[in-house]
This record gives sequence, C-alpha cells and structure tokens, in this order.
Amino acid sequence: MEKMSRVTTALGGSVLTGRTMHCHLDAPANAISVCRDAAQVVVAGRSIFKVYAIEEEQFVEKLNLRVGRKPSLNLSCADVVWHQMDENLLATAATNGVVVTWNLGRPSRNKQDQLFTEHKRTVNKVSFHPTEAHMLLSGSQDGFMKCFDLRRKDSVSTFSGQSESVRDVQFSVRDYFTFASTFENGNVQLWDIRRPDRCEKMFTAHNGPVFCCDWHPEDRGWLATGGRDKMVKVWDVTTPRAREVHCVQTIASVARVKWRPECRHHLATCSMMVDHNIYVWDVRRPFVPAAMFEEHRDVTTGIAWRHPHDPSFLLSGSKDSTLCQHLFRDASQPVERANPEGLCYGLFGDLAFAAKESLVTTELGRKPYAGDRRHPIFFKRKLDPAEPFAGLASSALSIFETETSGSGISWFVDTAQRYALAGRPLAELCDHNAKVARELGRNQVAQTWTMLRIIYCSPGLVPSTNLNHSVGRGSSCGLQLMSSFNLKEMAPGLGNETWLDRSKGDTRSDTVLLDSSATLITNEDNEETEGSDVPADYLLGDVEGDEEELYLLDPEHTHTDEPEYVLPQEAFPLRHEIVDTPPGPEHLQDKADSPHVSGNEADTASLAPVDSFSLISVSHALYDNRLPPDFFSTLVRDMLHFYAEQGDVQMAVSVLIVLGERVRKDIDEQAQEHWYTSYIDLLQRFRLWNVSNQVVKLSTSRAISCLNQASTSLHVNCSHCKRPMSGRGWVCGRCHRCASMCAVCHHVVKGLFVWCQGCSHGGHLQHIMKWLEGSSHCPAGCGHLCEYS
Amino acid sequence: MNRGGSSPSAATNYLLCTNCRKVLRKDKRIRVSQPLTRGPSAFIPEKEVVQANTVDERTNFLVEEYSTSGRLDNITQVMSLHTQYLESFLRSQFYMLRMDGPLPLPYRHYIAIMAAARHQCSYLINMHVDEFLKTGGMAEWLNGLEYVPQRLKNLNEINKLLAHRPWLITKEHIQKLVKTGENNWSLPELVHAVVLLTHYHALASFVFGSGINPERDPEIANGFRLISVSNFCVCDLANDNNIENASLTSNNFGIVDSLSELEALMVRMKRLHEEREDEEASQEEMSTRFEKETKESLFVVPGDTLHSFPQSDFEDDMIVTSDVSRYIEDPGFGYEDFARRGEEHLPTFRAQDYTWENHGFSLVNRLYSDIGHLLDEKFRMVYSLTYNTMATHEDVDTTMLRRALFNYVHCMFGIRYDDYDYGEVNQLLERSLKVYIKTVTCYPERTTKRMYDSYWRQFKHSEKVHVNLLLMEARMQAELLYALRAITRHLT
Repeated sequence: MEKMSRVTTALGGSVLTGRTMHCHLDAPANAISVCRDAAQVVVAGRSIFKVYAIEEEQFVEKLNLRVGRKPSLNLSCADVVWHQMDENLLATAATNGVVVTWNLGRPSRNKQDQLFTEHKRTVNKVSFHPTEAHMLLSGSQDGFMKCFDLRRKDSVSTFSGQSESVRDVQFSVRDYFTFASTFENGNVQLWDIRRPDRCEKMFTAHNGPVFCCDWHPEDRGWLATGGRDKMVKVWDVTTPRAREVHCVQTIASVARVKWRPECRHHLATCSMMVDHNIYVWDVRRPFVPAAMFEEHRDVTTGIAWRHPHDPSFLLSGSKDSTLCQHLFRDASQPVERANPEGLCYGLFGDLAFAAKESLVTTELGRKPYAGDRRHPIFFKRKLDPAEPFAGLASSALSIFETETSGSGISWFVDTAQRYALAGRPLAELCDHNAKVARELGRNQVAQTWTMLRIIYCSPGLVPSTNLNHSVGRGSSCGLQLMSSFNLKEMAPGLGNETWLDRSKGDTRSDTVLLDSSATLITNEDNEETEGSDVPADYLLGDVEGDEEELYLLDPEHTHTDEPEYVLPQEAFPLRHEIVDTPPGPEHLQDKADSPHVSGNEADTASLAPVDSFSLISVSHALYDNRLPPDFFSTLVRDMLHFYAEQGDVQMAVSVLIVLGERVRKDIDEQAQEHWYTSYIDLLQRFRLWNVSNQVVKLSTSRAISCLNQASTSLHVNCSHCKRPMSGRGWVCGRCHRCASMCAVCHHVVKGLFVWCQGCSHGGHLQHIMKWLEGSSHCPAGCGHLCEYS
Repeated sequence: MNRGGSSPSAATNYLLCTNCRKVLRKDKRIRVSQPLTRGPSAFIPEKEVVQANTVDERTNFLVEEYSTSGRLDNITQVMSLHTQYLESFLRSQFYMLRMDGPLPLPYRHYIAIMAAARHQCSYLINMHVDEFLKTGGMAEWLNGLEYVPQRLKNLNEINKLLAHRPWLITKEHIQKLVKTGENNWSLPELVHAVVLLTHYHALASFVFGSGINPERDPEIANGFRLISVSNFCVCDLANDNNIENASLTSNNFGIVDSLSELEALMVRMKRLHEEREDEEASQEEMSTRFEKETKESLFVVPGDTLHSFPQSDFEDDMIVTSDVSRYIEDPGFGYEDFARRGEEHLPTFRAQDYTWENHGFSLVNRLYSDIGHLLDEKFRMVYSLTYNTMATHEDVDTTMLRRALFNYVHCMFGIRYDDYDYGEVNQLLERSLKVYIKTVTCYPERTTKRMYDSYWRQFKHSEKVHVNLLLMEARMQAELLYALRAITRHLT
C-alpha cells in the first residue's frame, strides 16, 4: 500500500490532490458520504459517527457527532447522507427506525437537529433531493418511504411499496420529481414525489432483494441496480417498460453501486458478504472488472466518489474499521492478468476459440504458418450470433466444426461391407480392397493395400525369370496410383484422414496443415517430387553399388547416423510426414544399415507419386534385390499399429485377416484380440451383423472365434405336441412327426427355416420368399396375410 | 402404563441385534402398547387434523413428491394444517436430505439423529435410523458415537452448542473443524451439516411442541407390529401421562376466562398499534427493555411443570435418555439463560449487523447452493403466513403477534432487534404462553400437554400449530445466524 502515487486534478476552481491512503476508525463503518466540497467525509456505523477531513497525506478527524453520556440507538446508523447543496446538512438513518438530521452549523457540541420517528422498523436508506434544500426521503424495513420537509416536524407524504421492506431510495439526478426505490422482493419502483398514492412504474429487477440503486449522473433514464443475486443491472427506464441495457455478473451479492463520474460506462460496486474488494466495472465488459481495489480486510460497506466530476478518487468505509481513499491509478487491473484467449473442445470434437477481435481478423487474412497450430484450417469458422457488441474490449468467439463428421460414418460402413477378406488369392483381395478404399477417397489406405500386395505377392509369386514382367506390373500399379493423386480428389480424402489424424499430436497436425492448405499444395508436390527424386538420384548414380559406396558419395554421411542421413539432404523437416505411409520411411531409416537398403528405398519411391523417370530407376532397384517376404513383417506390424492407434481399427483387422498367417505371428496376441473386439463392437454398433460375423469367423484368435460358438443352440418345441424337441430339430421324438414342414413344398426343412410370426407357418427360406413374391397370403392356406421383410 | 416396560425391551432388542438386523426384523414381533391418543398428535384431537387432511389433495401430492419415507408421516399431517408452509418445509427438507449436497446420504441422516438426540426426540431418531439404514449407512454406527468416524464425532461440539447455547459458537470452533487434517470438514460440508443440525433441532421443538405421536406402522393388523431396529420406545413423547385428565381440566376451568383473555389481547394489540403513533418511549428505556426481557425470560422457567408432574415422569425421562444418549456426549449440557445473573456479560447479537436476508443467505447459498433460496422461502413463508383470523375473530392483522413470537424466541437466544420495542412482548404474550415458548424452544423435551393447553385457550389448534411453526423457524434461524456468523468470521 505504500507505492501510492499522487494525483492532482484541477476541477473548476478547486484542486484535488491526494494519494491512496487509509485511516483506522474505532468501529466498523456502515456507510460513508462525501461533502460537496470533496474535502470532508462522514463515516457512520453502529457505534461511530465522525467527520473526517481529507487532506493530502491523511485523514484527519474533524468532528465526532456521537455525543452524550449514554449513546442511544438513534446514533446507531444504518445510513448517512450529506446534502449536496448544503455543507452543514447531514441526515442519518438509525437501525431503530429513526431519521435524524444534523446541522453542523450549530454552535453547541450536539449537532443533532431534527428527529423523525415515524418509521416502525429500521430505516435502510436516506436520500436528499439533489437540488431541493429541504427535501429528504427515507426508506424503511416496514415497507414505507417517507418524504420529509426539513422545515416541518413530520413527513410530508408517505409512499407504500406494498411490500416487505425498502432497501434503497434515490432521487433522480435529472428528473426533479422522480425517485426510485428498491425492495427486498426484487422489485424496483419509480415514484413521482407528488403522487404518493401509487408508483409510476414497477418492474422486477432481481431475483431476491435489490440492495441498492444509483441513477446515472448524465444519462437521463439509466438506473443501475445491484442485488443479492450477484448481479448489477443497468436499466433504461425512459421507455414504458423498463429495459435492461447492461448486466454485470459479480461474484458476491452487491451491496452498493455508484456510477463513476465522467466515465459514462463505469460503475463501482462492493459486496455485502464474503468478497471484500471494490470493483469498478465497465458495463460493456461485464465479465472482467476494469479495476479492483483490494485494500480492505473485511466487507466494504460504503463507497463514494470523492468529487462528482473527478473519476480518480474513490472513498470507502469497511467493517474492518478503516476508511480508505483509493486512487484509480493504483487500482489493480484484473484484465492485465487475465488470459485473453480461450480454447475448448466440445463433446463432439467441435472447437471453440475466443480471442480479441483484432487478433482474429488479422489472422484470418494471414496464411497459417507452421508455428501457429491453433487454427487447423480444415475447420469451418462460424461466427457466434451472440457475439458481444463492438466495444473497446470486444472479443470474437469462433466455433469450429469438424466438416467430415458425417462422412466419417459412411465410409466405415461402406468399407466394411465392400471389403473382401477371404476366398480369393491375396493379390486379388488386396487389389479389390485398394479399389474400394480409393473409390471412397481414402487414398492412404488404398496405397497401403497396394503396397501389401507388392510386398507379399510380387516377389513370392513371380519367378525370377519373369522379373521384367513383374516390374512392369509394379510400375503400372505405381502409375495408377499416381493418376489417382490429382489434387481434386485429394482434398476430400485428406479431410477424411486428417479427421483421424487429429489425435496424433503435433507432428501429424503439421502434415495436416501442409496437406490441406490449398496454397501449399503445389509446394508439397514439389517437395514430394524432391523427396522421391533424391533417393532416385542416388540410385541413378550408383545403381549397382552397395551401401558403403553410397555413403561415400557424400562426405557428410560417413557416420551412419540415421537422422543425419536424411535431414540435411532434404532441408525439409517435414519430409517424412508427407510421404503417405509413414511406417515405410520410418522403417527404412531403422534399417539404414541393412544390406538391402537400396532396394528398400526403391520400394518406397515406387509408391510415391513420381514421374516415370524415377519409376524406372525404381524398377531397376527391384531387379537386384530379392527380398524375403518376412523381411517386411516388422514394417507391416508397425503399419497395423499405426492404423489401430489412429482409430482405424478396421484397417488393422482387415489387413490382419487378409494376410493371415503371414503377419499373425509378429503381432502381439493381445493387441490382435483387442483390435478384433473393438472392430466387432464397432460393426455391431452399425448393425453390420453379417460383416461382424464374418470377421469373427475369419479371425485366427481363439478368444474371438469362440464368440461365434457361444449360445448357438436354438430351442424348438414341437408344433404338434408342444414338447421341446431334443436331438434333431426337425423330427419330434415323442409324436414322431416332422415338426417343421415347408408350407410350400411339404418337405422337412433342415437348415434355414423362416416362420411367420403371425400364423407360425413357414418353410424353406427360398420357397417362402418366392411364394410371397406372388401372393400375400400364407402358403399353408390359413388365410393369414404374411409379410416378408 | 406399560411404557416403562416397552422402552427398555426395545432397547435391548436393539442392542442385541445391531449386527444381525435381518433376524431382528423378521422375528421380533412384539406386542406394543398403542399410543395414548390416536391420530398424528397427542395434543390435537385426531379429527381436527384428519378433517383437514382428507380435503387436501395438495398435501398428498407434496408428500409423494418430497417425502423421503414415501408416506404421510405425523409431522406432515399436522403441518398440513398449513399447506402453504408445508410445501416450502418439505421442499427444503427434501433438498437437504436427498438432493445434491456435499455430504453422503447416510451422513445426513446420522447428523439428523445426532441433532434429534440432543433433545431426546425419539420420534425423529426412529425415523432417521430407518432412513440411515435404507441409504446404506453402517448399522454399527447406531451403537453410538464411539462407533462413528472421528469426523462425525467432531461435529458433536457444535451440535451441543447449537442446540442449547448457540451464542457460544465462535470462529475457533469452526476453525477446529475445518483445519486441514485427517478428519477435517470442508466448508460446504460443514454448512450442510449446520443446516441439518439446526433444522433438526428446530424440528424437535416442533415435534414436542405439537405432541407428535410415534408413527404407527402401516401393518398394524393383528395387534402386532413390526419392531424395527430403531424403536427405542414407542410413546415416550407424551410425558403427560394423564392426558385425558389434563384436557378435561383445561376444558373445565375458565371458558369465561379465556374469552376475556382473548378480548384483552385484542384490545392490547389495538392499543399498541395506536400508541406507536403517539407515545415516544425514551431511547434508554427502549434499549433496556430488551435486557429486561432477556432477564425476565430467566424466571420463565418451565419450573411450574416440575411440580405439576409426578416424579416418575422424569425417571422415565432418564430411561429414554439412556437410550438416546449414545448419540450424544455431555448429556448434561442444556440451555442456559442468555442473560445469566452475575456472570460475564455476553455481547448481544445485533440482528441488524448480521441478518439472514443480507448475510446469512449469501453465505449459505455460496457454500451449499440453492439451500439458501429454499430456506429463504421457508422463513419468509412462516413469517408472513396469516389468515387474518384470531380464534373467532376475523380480519385481524396478526403481524404484531407474529413478530412478537419470532422476536421473543430470538431474544432468548440473545439476538436483539434495534427496531423492536420489547415492551410489546410483555403486553402481547401472556405468561403461560411465554412458559410454553421457552419450553418448546429451549427444553422441548419437557413440553407437556398441559402447557400446550394452558395458553390461548380460545384459539384453534391450527393456530397453535402456526405458533409452533413460528417458534421452530425462529429457532432455526437463530441457530443458523450464530453458526453462519462464526463461519463468516472464520472466513475474514
């Protein structure tokens, strides 16, 4: 508290100077009020009633109004107010219901002037008319407001709020005859001082008591109210129905509210419970206080701006028995400490992002750079309609939706239904599945299938004498792939893949950024060509050479350290993610030391979409290296794990089934089982029972295939004797009759039997289907209208 | 009276069977004496309550909605004389027992048991022992406080203070409970517990004040009834053994008396109303009236009951106590007059400095959300409830009377309203009523039918129930205010 700066303000003739300071009172304060000259402040409480002079460095006690031997309850003040026209005139509201006026000009020690004992209950608030010298208004717990003329002994008029208790009364600053009163039941009433019979206007402002209100010093119809519901609301009461203009949510019940002078949108609040701070709010920015004063150690009970035209001095009294002068300049500003941006994921993967509007708009026009990962641009930006008005501190809320959430399901179903998993040679299965994947726009998957085909079929199936031919096939495959890589097809496909990729973390989202940004596609293309060109160059330079020579070409790579081997060549840190099948190159690097390195490289290169030039080099490479198929098994294993981790368990399981024994032994039994169960679960959720059954059947894992073996028996009763049939399902052991006759062909049905649920006749599936195509009646002639669906 | 016999036997059953309550529940069918009067209350003739009940659909709806036991218990039946109030009562009770809250359900019921045990209110204990077990509480805990976790045991101190001398609660008590450690309470938990404690202390006042009869089991068919674990004693409530006689006597003497009493009260109310305008009581006098009233309440000891009842009554009391006392410590600790002569002067609680509306509500609601609104509504409801009738008179503004009752209860707990002239209490509340109020709020277990009958003889039973509701809520608010003030002080 000692950092205090000094402020001098010139206001008309008078000059205000001061610093943040406080002084100790003898007792807790209940209310404070400032004299018109801004040089004195009066503090009132249950057992304190004093006037302090505000000097430059300190408060100086000037007058103690609490005199007399035995202080009466009349001095137990709930509220105090200093007349804004007359420097000598004060009024207090006592907890016992008495309204007292004080004349500081009296020569005697006792300055008490008049005593009004008309209220039956505690008087909560007193208010002087801003311009009229003799008019005083009081609001009491008994539900009445009384207007006193100080020249008379008793009240001029009484206003009944028809409610339990009045919490605040305030004369309008602008309208001579109007005053506002707030009530414990949450209502606010506007009265014309000349019409005590009924109020002009009434509206419910808060849920629970409205503790305070304050008229805006300049805006004619603006009234701020604060309530126990922790809200400050600003009302425009000029309209026939009071309209809520602003609403500020605070963290505790609002005990006092005061507009800040000269700042149209600022108001100060303090709380009655729990929270000891004083806040100054900009009503247009209702979530963060503009300034905060944290001096008090107990609840603040009274606040007052020192001068009606000076926005920098705030005085406050508190239950902790201190009187404070706060300087706006010394206030802490929560805004500076707050995080100005917010980011949150929704339940369905939507992303909401709030930031300063200026920040967002500039970013929209800017290309996202690699370091900025907050805007994955495959998200659609949608402006929230409830976006705050444009003000000095408005922010924009953007909600990003995942575009592909719909198609994310359909591809799964399509794939599941169309994949071929068994019953054909491996090559055909791979080709078929690749085609399916490609048609669904999932190029990465398609390529994986093709790759698998090459890995497991080409070398094994093709005899060495026929290598040329096989290379031709391989290259045609590559070409086919390449043609599929035109950009238009790629965009939606990428959408699909990136949707899965999101969970993959930073490295993957880099790829996403590059892949999907249209501006970078060409660049990427170049990169990719480069990426494949480089190994091709190697191969061209030294096709027959073994790895030693290869390395020797570049002096930098005498160390066989794997990352150095690649990165300097590329000068593109993102290179590896660009290649569509990450396991490939990764594996390649792992095996950099192996004797088969060149062949390996060639293989990858052939899969990348490259020009025919490099393809030729690739095919050359293939000649020279005969690879045992199980050489790739770790690679494939990694690939499967990769897919499974991405959430594409479908791919993992499909490959597992198609490849069968070729990879099964390389993969952890438990992982396999886990994939199977997840995939089966997914299939069943999509009601793909047949596919799921096929998967179960084809699975090699015991735990999975026994799923099909459980509860397979179907218990049947004989249709004649109603006994359960044991043993054979088609002949009843008791009545020796054939139980399930086909209603169409009158033969015993062994196998698929279909019943009508209505008449319980049935027969061979095919027969019934055929019959019902022609007729809608039951084939048994029972007259039932059977339906087959 | 076979009550002396039944109560220990129930107790032994209980003791025997805490570990095997299944057996107990199945096999122990014991013939038990019927309550002395039928109907939900021992003080109020059955037909008064039942008549009102059959008409009321609303009550049934409320019970279905909010009752934890799922049936219309006697408390609800008696309260249903004031349906408006009943709704807010049941809602808040249901909320604190069943809805979201920081404490687990069995805890809540156990706290209710602890609170009721402070006043030996076996009715409430029975009820909550059942609920406690139903919500999955450990049967072992019912053996007494030694069997419960230390954490619950720690609550004992404030339970004791709140029940009898709430003004002694300080922030140190709160600090002790919330101090980090193995058995500490979080503030929301503590507030929940405090709300429960005060609710059940106050409810005990109501139960005794209205002479609520023990619940009759629905399957009473052949004169046997199922003794559940919780039955300590079926009818220790009606301390008054000779109810018939008492009511007879009350009917006999002074119908004329009571009529004039009522008239006199009306006149006094009217005069007070007018006086307010003219007469100006000197300030000093006003401020001393409160002290006078608190002092005077000293003499309003339910001492006269000591003489009017045979000694055996209190022996019975002792038996009951031994049953219940396992839930409490320091059973000797009881209400002590706030303004005790010659002892250190305790500062009065200035109502304006810590009111429910301004302070209590915000704190409660902050720490235990929404209960504030429910309690607020309940307090508001009971305070403003009026049918503008007094006995046979209609169109009477009873505000003054209600306020006197409310403030008198607060006065006994040392809470003072600056804006209240405590002289009014003296004028409006006759001595017998004061005795009744003091007994019900401070020593509810000593309430007798005679006390209930001896005041306001002309008034309807429903009006007397209204009085009980006021006393109950005033007491709850007083306790809450003290507890919450201590918590606030702890926070600042």
